[in-house]
Amino acid sequence: MTTVTDPPKAAFRLSMLIYDTRYRSMTIQVIALIGFMLLAAFIINNTIQNLANLGKEPDFGFLSEPAGYDINQRLIEYTSQSTHLRAAFVGLLNTLVVAVLGCITATVLGVIIGVLRLSSNWLVARIMTVYVEMFRNVPVLLWIVFIMAILIETLPAPRAFRGDDPEATMKLFDTVAVTNRGVYIPEPLFSRGLGDFSVFGAFEVSWDLLAIIAVLVAGFWAARRVKLNADATQEATGVRPTTWHMRLALMFGPVLFLLVALGFHLGYPELKGFNFAGGTHMRNSLIALWLALSLYTAAFIAEIVRAGIMAISKGQSEAAFALGLRPNRTMNLVILPQALRVIIPPLISNYLNLTKNSSLAIAVGYMDITGTLGGITLNQTGRELETLLLLMLVYLIISLSISAVMNWYNNSVKLVER
Amino acid sequence: MKNAIFFGALTIAGLAAGAAAAGTLDDVKARGKLNCGVSTGVAGFAQPDANGEWQGFDVAVCRAVAAAVLGDATAIEFVPTTGKTRFTALASGEIDMLARNTTWTFSRDVDLKFEFVGVNYYDGQGFLAPKELGVTSAKDLDGATICIQTGTTTELNLADYFRVNNIAYEPVPIETNAEALQQLGAGACDSYTTDASGLAASRATFENSADWVILPEIISKEPLGPLVRHGDSEWGDVVRWTLNALIAAEELGVTSANMADLASAPGDNPEINRMLGTEGTLGEMLGLDADWAQKAIGVAGNYGEIFEKNIGENTPIGLARGLNAQWTEGGLLYAPPFR
Repeated sequence: MTTVTDPPKAAFRLSMLIYDTRYRSMTIQVIALIGFMLLAAFIINNTIQNLANLGKEPDFGFLSEPAGYDINQRLIEYTSQSTHLRAAFVGLLNTLVVAVLGCITATVLGVIIGVLRLSSNWLVARIMTVYVEMFRNVPVLLWIVFIMAILIETLPAPRAFRGDDPEATMKLFDTVAVTNRGVYIPEPLFSRGLGDFSVFGAFEVSWDLLAIIAVLVAGFWAARRVKLNADATQEATGVRPTTWHMRLALMFGPVLFLLVALGFHLGYPELKGFNFAGGTHMRNSLIALWLALSLYTAAFIAEIVRAGIMAISKGQSEAAFALGLRPNRTMNLVILPQALRVIIPPLISNYLNLTKNSSLAIAVGYMDITGTLGGITLNQTGRELETLLLLMLVYLIISLSISAVMNWYNNSVKLVER
Repeated sequence: MKNAIFFGALTIAGLAAGAAAAGTLDDVKARGKLNCGVSTGVAGFAQPDANGEWQGFDVAVCRAVAAAVLGDATAIEFVPTTGKTRFTALASGEIDMLARNTTWTFSRDVDLKFEFVGVNYYDGQGFLAPKELGVTSAKDLDGATICIQTGTTTELNLADYFRVNNIAYEPVPIETNAEALQQLGAGACDSYTTDASGLAASRATFENSADWVILPEIISKEPLGPLVRHGDSEWGDVVRWTLNALIAAEELGVTSANMADLASAPGDNPEINRMLGTEGTLGEMLGLDADWAQKAIGVAGNYGEIFEKNIGENTPIGLARGLNAQWTEGGLLYAPPFR
C-alpha cells in the first residue's frame, strides 16, 4: 500500500523569485514595470526641470486670454476677442465637420467602388482597380494640395461674375455660385424663426433646428407605429391594409406644416463687393480637404469591402440565385449583411485614419484644431507643451469615441454564432 | 493618455536638453559651423540663387556673424524655417540664431524667452492688391478676402486693424509666401498682407509687376531683426555687435573698398580703429579675434552696401532706404559707439 503524501511545502525564500519558474515571470514583469515607471518619471521630471530653468513652467492660463486672431470658418460665435479656448473649440468643430463629412462620403464611395471592382464587366472592374491603386499609393497630402490647386486655378474668381457680359455665371438657375474661393449654395432661412437659446452661456442653438428635428423624429415614429399596426393586422387577418399614403403623410406632413409656419425660404448668394454674400459658403479649403480625404480613404474602404465580399462563400450567392433572387437583391440581402462582420473592424480603423489625417488641413489653410490650437495659438503664446498635450488628448478622445460607437455597431450587426 | 504624455514629454525633454547646453559661442566654434535660421524663401531677403547659395539681406547677417566668429562666411548651415517652426527651432538649439524677418515684440522677447539683438530692417505691414480691383486704400477692403501667412504678427495686426475700423474681411490662412502668391495670382484672395518689404520683394517676382499696387496704409510697426535664445548673453553680444559693426561701418564710411587700407594701420579716427581692431581690445572682450569686425564687413561690405545689393532701389525689389537710412540722414539706424 502506498501512501500519498503532499509534496514537501518549502518555505518561501527570496531566491525563489529568480530560480522558481512559478515566480520568475512575475519578478521580471515587476522589475520591468518599475524600470518603465522610473524612466517615465525621469523624463517627466527632466522636462519640468528644464522648462523651469527656461522659466516656462507648464501653465494653461493662456487658454482664457483673448486669441487675437480671426478664423474664417466658424460654426459657433467667435471673434478675435474670444479666448484661445474658444478658438480651440471652433477648430475642434471644424475637425469634426470634415471628419464626419469625409467618413460618410468615403463609405458611400468605397462600397460602390469595392462592389464595382468585383463586377464581371471587364472595363468597369479595371477602371475601379486603377482608381484604387492611384489613390492608395499616393500620399494623401499630395491629393489635398493637388485638389486645392485645381480648385484655385481652374475655377473663376468672383470678379469674373461681374459686369453685363460676365465670363462666369451662376449654376442651377442662378442659385449656386462656383468660384475659386469656394462654392456658395442657398441657405435655409426662416422669416418667423423661433430664435436661439444659449447653452451654458457659451453656444447658441437654434430653436428652429431643434423643432424640425423633433417633428421629424415624431413623424417617423408615428409612421413606424402605423406600419407595425399594419403588420399586426396582416398577421391576424392575412389582409394588409394600404397604409403608404398615411405613412408618407405622417413622415413629411408635419415637417412641411412646420416649415410653412416658420416662414421657410432660401437665401440665395449674390455678388456684393468683393465676394458673394448670402447663402452658405463652402470654402475651397473644406472642399479640397473633404474630397481628398474621402477619395483617398474610399480606396482603402473599397479594398476592405472587396475582401469582405470575397470572404463570403460562393455557395451563398448560388443559393440566392437558385431561389430566384436578382443579382442586386442577392448583394443587398445576402452577401453584404454577411460581409459586414468582416468589413466593420478594418472600417473602424479607416475612420480613425481619416480623422487623424484631417490634421493635414493646414496645408490648405483649413482651420481645424491643429490649425487653431496647435498652430496659431501655439505660435502666438509659445506654449508648445501645453497645446500639444491638449491636442493629443483631443484626438485621443475623438478616436476612442469613434471606436466605441463603431464597436457598438459591430456588436449589433455581427452574426451570432450558435 | 499615459503614452501621449510620455511622448509629448519625450519631445519636449529633447528640446529642453538641447537648449540647456553650454555657451553657444563655444558650441559654434567647436562645431566650426554656424546654424542660421532663415525664411523658406523671400526674394532679396533670403533665397538660394541658381547655384544653391543662399543670398539676401537677412542671409548677409548670418554670413557676417559666421565670418566674425569663424573667419569663414561660408561655414554656415542654413535652416529654412516657416513662421510656425522658427521659434521652436531656435528654442530647441537646432539653430544658433534666427535671421528671418521676425518682428521684435514684447511677448516674443519676454514670454517666449528670446533676445532680439537689434533691428536690421524697420518695416510695417502693408497690403498688396491687383490694380484692376480698383482699391486705393486698405479701408476700401470691406468684405474682401485677404491672404495671410499664419503664425505671424501680421495675423494679429490684421484682426486688430479691421476690428478697429469696423470693417469685415475673410482671412485665408496660408503657410508660406509662395502659396499666398499663387492664391493671389489666381484671384482666390483679393489682397495679400504681410510686411511691406516682403510685399515689394514678392511683387518684384511677378511677370507684370506694374499691374499690382501696394496700398498706402502701413498698419503696424514691424521692427525686424535677428534674435538669439534668452540667457546666453555672450552669444547675444556677438550677434548684436556684429550687426552694429555693419551699421556703424556705413556711418563711419568704412566700405568693402576702403577697409583694407583703413585696417592696415591705425588711422585718424579712433572709433574706426577700435572697431577694426587696430586699437584697443574690443575683439578680445567679445571672445573673438581682434579683426572680427573686419571679417564681418569684409563679406559683403557695410549695411548700406548690403542693402543696395540685395533690396535697394537698383534691384528688382526696389526698396528705398526710408526709415532704414542712417540717423544722420533722417533714418532710424543708430549704432551705439564702439568704445
